[in-house]
Amino acid sequence: MRRIEIRNNSFLSRVNITILAFSLLLLTVASVTAQDEIDPVTELIDSVVTPANPAPPTDITVKDTPNDAGGSITIRWALSADDATNGISKYRIMRQSNGSEFTQVGEATAGAGEYLDGQASDEHEFNYKVLAISEIPGESGETIVLTSESVVSEPISSSAQWFDSRRVNVLVVTAILVFFILWFIQRAKSGEKLFIRKIAGLEAVDEAVGRATEMGKKIFYVPGINDMDNVQTIASMTILGRVAELAGQYDTWLEVPVCRSLVMVTAKEVVKEAYTKVGRPDSYHEDQVHYLTDDQFGYAAAIDGMVVREKPATIFYMGAFFAESLILAETGNASGAIQIAGTAMPAQLPFFVTACDYTLIGEELFAASAYLSKEPKLLGSLKGQDYGKGAILIAILIGVLLETFGIWELSQIFSVIE
Amino acid sequence: MDHFGIWLAAFLTLGIYSFLYRDNAWYKLSESIFIGISAGYWVVILFWDNFYAKFWLQRQDDPMLWVGAALGFLMLLRLIPKIGWIARWPLAFIDGATAGLWGMNFLASNIMVQTKATIMPLMGPAFSGSIGDLLSNLVLVGGTFCGLIYFFFSKEHKGAFGNAARVGIWTIMITFGAMFGYTVMSRMSLLIGRIDFLFRDWLGLLK
Repeated sequence: MRRIEIRNNSFLSRVNITILAFSLLLLTVASVTAQDEIDPVTELIDSVVTPANPAPPTDITVKDTPNDAGGSITIRWALSADDATNGISKYRIMRQSNGSEFTQVGEATAGAGEYLDGQASDEHEFNYKVLAISEIPGESGETIVLTSESVVSEPISSSAQWFDSRRVNVLVVTAILVFFILWFIQRAKSGEKLFIRKIAGLEAVDEAVGRATEMGKKIFYVPGINDMDNVQTIASMTILGRVAELAGQYDTWLEVPVCRSLVMVTAKEVVKEAYTKVGRPDSYHEDQVHYLTDDQFGYAAAIDGMVVREKPATIFYMGAFFAESLILAETGNASGAIQIAGTAMPAQLPFFVTACDYTLIGEELFAASAYLSKEPKLLGSLKGQDYGKGAILIAILIGVLLETFGIWELSQIFSVIE
Repeated sequence: MDHFGIWLAAFLTLGIYSFLYRDNAWYKLSESIFIGISAGYWVVILFWDNFYAKFWLQRQDDPMLWVGAALGFLMLLRLIPKIGWIARWPLAFIDGATAGLWGMNFLASNIMVQTKATIMPLMGPAFSGSIGDLLSNLVLVGGTFCGLIYFFFSKEHKGAFGNAARVGIWTIMITFGAMFGYTVMSRMSLLIGRIDFLFRDWLGLLK
């Protein structure tokens, strides 16, 4: 029995030792695990509670944006030292006027050291400062925004400039062209005969007016659908003057349907003056030049109706045309009229070339005034323009040659800042 | 009311298209309604968009607008025959300003920008394109060169100069041919728009 008890005691004591050891092991593991859990939390708390603001932008400078029409100030700054390590999210530009509170005028991306404030007023002085913004994610998903600001800039105001220095090249080219024109005008005025080649479309003007006179029918003159603020319409008015002179001489009815009020006023003046010039002021009637509508296709529909009903002998289309060009020219063609067109609208020229008897292509329209009037001054300007074209041809030739050999500078002369 | 509007629009659309057959009363009616309504519509648009929006609402902010208003007033003096000649002044101002503004625009965009675009390498170390690119550049440079020669007015088109001018006008005509096809395609969209209206909105045949 005793042995058994001893054995039993021995067994119990072994169990106790095992439990004790297991408990110690658990405690040890628990304490190690507890240590592992505490350390990262402490670290995270440390980093969130005491985040550092980014370094501020420095060296802020402001100046009136050059070569503009005013209302703009350029702000420049040296990047925050944290920008290089991706520690900056963006820059915020703040503006103040007359001691008022700073308000935000815009933002620039990280890495940008310049901002153009296009909302400045020329009448006020402004102070600027730039905030460096750093946005970091918070513990629970929110964004923590840290900022630092530059010093406040000197006061500045914007102003308009009279001359855009970036466009000096345009001035030089203009000066060269003007020199050629003035030179040849002077030569023409001194009695030198200037040769101008035949332009078929303009040669046909006399023939077309004569045809209408012989047939006893009307002449229609359509000056396009743009207003007097288009140079093609102005060129058209010059040609209208010549056509009106011929119509006045031959006493042929010239009808000018227009779709812009200003064109109507100008055309009336031009036709009236032309009739007076050829000694037929009594032949002029106010209703020769009349308004139809400003609407593009309403205007086209009206002219189509007039053409098929009145069957004019001659139709001129001179000026700026758009989608109505083929509608007009095709109807005129079907009516059997002799048609002369002129426009600088590249997309419409193919239709006029197809449906009209003669077409003035682009610059021929602008050369018409000199060609028709034969005035020395205008002929001189035409000759001067040709010399300008010659200079361009030479520039293209030399430029292509230089670029072929890897020299790129010449073409840069023709770069235009819009 | 919408239904009536659609029927009226269809009636007028077909009236205008009836011109394809010949001039007729239906076309004359549609044409007169179109011109009359569009003229009235544009008067209203121009009044509210120009006089009201550009002048009346901003008349106190920009004193220069009064200069424009004064020129506009001078234009109306045409209605008084005795002093109607004064209306020529604003016209002269518009013509002069237009010529000046467009002159600079033409010079910059039609001369300088295009000259720069035409200057390009044709071969040699600076040229890195294919044979196709070389041909394209040659056509562009040669076409521009000869096209420009065609527009010389003070020299007769004879001899080598005349040949270059002929190449120029041929280049222009080929360009016109390509543009003709392209523009016709875009014009078709106008027709398709009206046919779509007739078949979808009016007849309800398209869903």
